[in-house]
Amino acid sequence: MTVLRATNLGLRYTKRRWALAGCELDVPAGHVAGLVGPNGAGKSTLLNLAAGMLRPTEGTIEVCGGIPGSGTDQLAKVGYVAQNTPLYAGLTVAEHLRLGASLNPRWDADLARRRIERIGLDPNQAAGRLSGGQRAQLALTIGIAKRPELLLLDEPVAALDPLARRDFLRDLMEAVAEQGLSVLMSSHLIADLERVCDYLVVLVDSRVRLTGEVENLLAVHHRLSGPRRDVDDLPDGQRIVSARHTDRQTTLCVRSENALFDPLWTVGELTLEDLVLEYLSTPEATRPALEVLR
Amino acid sequence: MTWLALRQFRAAGAAMAAVVLVLVAVLLATGLGTTDYTQLDVVYTVTLIGVTALPVLIAIFVAVPMVTRELETGTHSLVWNQTVTRKRWLATKFAVGLPAAVVAAGALSLAATWWAGPLDAQDAWNADAVPPRISPAVFMARGLAPFGYAAFAYALGIAVAVLVRRTVAAMALTLVLFVAVQLAVPFLVRPYLLAPVEETVAITEANVGEIRGTPDGLESVGVIEPDRAWTLTNETVDAQGAAVGSLREVAGLGCLTGPQPVPPAHESLVGCLVRLDELGYQQRLVYHPDSHFWALHGIEAGFFLALSALLAWFSFRRINHLS
Repeated sequence: MTVLRATNLGLRYTKRRWALAGCELDVPAGHVAGLVGPNGAGKSTLLNLAAGMLRPTEGTIEVCGGIPGSGTDQLAKVGYVAQNTPLYAGLTVAEHLRLGASLNPRWDADLARRRIERIGLDPNQAAGRLSGGQRAQLALTIGIAKRPELLLLDEPVAALDPLARRDFLRDLMEAVAEQGLSVLMSSHLIADLERVCDYLVVLVDSRVRLTGEVENLLAVHHRLSGPRRDVDDLPDGQRIVSARHTDRQTTLCVRSENALFDPLWTVGELTLEDLVLEYLSTPEATRPALEVLR
Repeated sequence: MTWLALRQFRAAGAAMAAVVLVLVAVLLATGLGTTDYTQLDVVYTVTLIGVTALPVLIAIFVAVPMVTRELETGTHSLVWNQTVTRKRWLATKFAVGLPAAVVAAGALSLAATWWAGPLDAQDAWNADAVPPRISPAVFMARGLAPFGYAAFAYALGIAVAVLVRRTVAAMALTLVLFVAVQLAVPFLVRPYLLAPVEETVAITEANVGEIRGTPDGLESVGVIEPDRAWTLTNETVDAQGAAVGSLREVAGLGCLTGPQPVPPAHESLVGCLVRLDELGYQQRLVYHPDSHFWALHGIEAGFFLALSALLAWFSFRRINHLS
């Protein structure tokens, strides 16, 4: 089952500038998917499109089998915690839960109350006086107690200190385990994603560079190092993600479905952080050539 | 949704109610059994300003922030992602505030109408006469029209807020647009809401109330206007009924044509009026008499309610384009 499918999805925000272009995505249900990319790569745009806050300029996006923002049925299926976790500063914690209860037919009041108790939030405290971590926790509580099928989180831990971040992510994982909901979460902090995500989407320059299950991605990417040499002559089925040369040595990041047997190379594994950084730091080598050919 | 909107409206609504209640209380206290209004010109003026300003004040301080504050603080993305459509969110903003605005402005207006009733009923020659209640200066602070103004101002505030998105800018634009409409309506709309009374009267020494001229001669005359009426036209017409621009161009008038002493001699003025009458010139009067007051109010309130509906329709169309 697919929880988010995008076909040639694009959003243009001025005449020439695309916030997102030609986006092809197919995120299966049941994953905690991490969305990474540099600032301005289109992460928030993609999440806003998925939540129905924005309408695509071109292409289509389908979330939980429906068009985002198309009506209450669709809204019930998708939870969204926007960047900076906006809350009503003048309303108390309890009033926020009441708001959630009155606006969501599937609201789980028990769950919300238990979470607030466990986090240690004072129900009578105004949201405007909460710390960043508490705000994020309250926003997450509202998002989870709504009982959506897919929860979209835009940089939920960006403003949090390491401890609050760990608590937040642990809570998120618990909710995922209990409710079996899917999550799509953007973050700069790859280490955090590494801890919780089993699916990865990498956006660079308004385009999807890499997508897939973390396990598979790690299995097919390898770090090769060996004496300095030209790297145009790799065998079929192997694609260079990045290449770095020193005077004597060449280091490659290679994507290959098959095992690597070249005795000249020392083959190493990559961590998720290495992998993401390789994709973020190198321009997409094949694309310009392809466009010229077309 | 309604609970949230009411919760957000609570403070503003209470302030609004307090202002209206205080003003109504002052009107009741000073108006009950009063026959002598000579000491009450401050109350009269405050009432006039209060009723005129209340609709747009509600629009600026209640309607506009209701939308823009959510857009500015980002809470719209919280509430729009609960199981509630944007249209319903917007509908609640209207449902909670608009009736309150209409009731507040209407109640104050009716109280003012009652309070000023004896004053408004005075004849023009009375020593402390005030402008007739049907004249533009007073009309918008009396009767039924403020119900419509309040609905219009509120819908305008929401529509501008949806369009502009920033609190201060939306407040300013709402104020400017509302004032522009209120200035334009008395000239461009209200005279035509109801067929005015037209009459043509002879020009005599007794009924001429105004003679205008330059040192070069007679310019125009005006007859005494009907009491407690809103006069739209007071002009001289020739025997065929065509309006005369300047009396200096009247052929054969032969009086007050050259340079004149200031003021001109009484006899020559009277002679001039007699001569005008002899040549078949008359005076045409177009006016809304006091009896049109409530009918004009009803129609104008309806006109503004229709404008409000149009603005609401616009807001609902725009809301899905917001992000």
